[in-house]
Amino acid sequence: MASYSTQYDKYLRLDKYPLIWCPGCGDGIILKSILRSVDKLGYDKDNIVMVSGIGCSSRTPGYVDFNTLHTTHGRALAFATGVKLAKPELKVIVITGDGDATAIGGNHFIHAARRNIDLTVIIYNNFIYGMTGGQVSPTTPSGRFASTAPFGNLEPTFNISGLAQAAGASFVARSSVTQVRMLDKYIEMALQKKGFSLVEVMTPCPTAYGRRNRMGTGLALMEWLKENTITQAKAATMTEEELNGKIVTGILVDREKPEYTEQYLKLIERVQASQKERAHS
Amino acid sequence: MKKQAQVMTGNESCALGAIAAGCRFFAGYPITPSSEIAEILSMELPKVGGKYIQMEDEIAAMGAIIGASLVGVKAMTATSGPGFSLKQENIGYACIAEIPCVVVNVMRGGPSTGLPTLPSQMDVMQARWGTHGDHPIIALVPNSVREVYDLTVRAFNLSEIYRTPVIMLLDEILAHVNEKVHLPELSELKIVNRTLAATHPEKYLPYEHVESDIPPFISFGEGYRFHVTGLCHDQTGFPTNYSVEIDRQLRRLNRKIDRYKDHIIEVEQFLMDDAEVGVFAYGSVARSARRAVLMARERGIKAGLLRPLVIWPFPEKQVEAFGKKVAKIVVAEMNLGQIAHEVEWAANRKGEVHKVNRIDGEPIHPDQILEAIL
Repeated sequence: MASYSTQYDKYLRLDKYPLIWCPGCGDGIILKSILRSVDKLGYDKDNIVMVSGIGCSSRTPGYVDFNTLHTTHGRALAFATGVKLAKPELKVIVITGDGDATAIGGNHFIHAARRNIDLTVIIYNNFIYGMTGGQVSPTTPSGRFASTAPFGNLEPTFNISGLAQAAGASFVARSSVTQVRMLDKYIEMALQKKGFSLVEVMTPCPTAYGRRNRMGTGLALMEWLKENTITQAKAATMTEEELNGKIVTGILVDREKPEYTEQYLKLIERVQASQKERAHS
Repeated sequence: MKKQAQVMTGNESCALGAIAAGCRFFAGYPITPSSEIAEILSMELPKVGGKYIQMEDEIAAMGAIIGASLVGVKAMTATSGPGFSLKQENIGYACIAEIPCVVVNVMRGGPSTGLPTLPSQMDVMQARWGTHGDHPIIALVPNSVREVYDLTVRAFNLSEIYRTPVIMLLDEILAHVNEKVHLPELSELKIVNRTLAATHPEKYLPYEHVESDIPPFISFGEGYRFHVTGLCHDQTGFPTNYSVEIDRQLRRLNRKIDRYKDHIIEVEQFLMDDAEVGVFAYGSVARSARRAVLMARERGIKAGLLRPLVIWPFPEKQVEAFGKKVAKIVVAEMNLGQIAHEVEWAANRKGEVHKVNRIDGEPIHPDQILEAIL
């Protein structure tokens, strides 16, 4: 497979190694998938701005040789919106996590999707606040344990991809670090899509989530994720009962919609043309 | 040829000053009494090829202007009290990441929702210390519609020169008062633009310990591919936990404004030469103070006015000299004495400063200040 010959070193800031991610963490798998996609699409490193918020996922930009912006908690999409609107010719990739994007950053998430601004957003969904030590997140499954849900989580979860779809994103796909080829394909599609594109990636956190929920080693957690991740095609054949607790992966949305920065540039043209007209008359 | 006289408000002259300064990006959120700045820029920016965006909240607006500035487009946001509170975390981000931008805060009464349509000067301390952590800040306090224009231009220049957010503190009176102004020709303005450093991309250190304490700033997308973070970082911009470097960077950050304060600070002295009673006032209150000084002079009292155009960094030296000169100090402001405290300290007059304060949304009348002078 050609994609596996990617020269990762070309894109990595190897002097920043070792990575802060724990053994068994899936974040590195997503990082590699992003780099394979960028390589395959032949993007110029100078032209990429990678923006992140706060959390384990959001440390990704530090390791890649692009223009990298590590912002405040939840606000990656706000900063990225400024970057993209100010310089639409830049390719803007946003890296965020379940807590960063849908708790503290939830407002920016739905509005960036609604605006359909051309950002490629990759959410590392690990069901927990990993970096701060395992607090409950908006995607921690009900009944599961966290350092701040010692008696089990009472809250229902957010369906992140469903949220982006409802809010108006052009492209939405859900994948998992256990489905790497599918992940590569989705990230490639998302990068090429004009508009707000989201890839939600399920990734295990053995240190915070797995340990609190007695799910075993990193490998065991990876196997758990693999077993519980099913494709849309398979899901279509299953009953609601069978689907309980399963993670359904696939492309949820792939549609053509007006993109915000393109629309804005057209607005400028329109305003300037009518100004000229007025000056002549 | 002089431009024709125009009648406009402070919010209008602020928006026009921003465009004159080269602002080509505005992100905002509606809030009284600042909304006209957003409204005008939504109309004017596209005409000059600039971008306007109404964000989903105040926090997002602050984040967006930092992003825009980082890719090389001069950027501004405008807000009022509650919105200014919300922006604070990202203002701190702009401080530590050293990203130029301009934040306009049209002061209204607080705390909380307070007095949306009425003036105050209750945010002067928030402008200085609103965000967490030790950081420098520059804040400007114009007192007329024309001065709002001039200081908005200066705010952009200062932000580019010192790689820092600059805060424009207007108040509701200035924002909405209509005044006759002659705006300058663009050619008369001094505009500071970011220049590409001569450093090779491989050698570029975005937070270098340079002699000036202000490392050259290069925008994203110019081939330099560096890292920007709100974490404490070293010269490369990458996070560090190395105490020596943290100390060095944070001290440089604070020093870069402190050591240039003589270049930044601007004050106006009115009838101070022979003054025995000195009034210290800023913003729209300074106009009442000026009137009060004249009224005192009519009564044979040698009164004078010291008016800062820059409130942060605080004009310590000027206030110290002011304190030595006058027998009596009066500080008038639309809060409970936030700056009076600074004046007491700088003039070495603890407990001796006469405060004239209003917090009821009403402007301070010259008579009130006159009473304190007498």
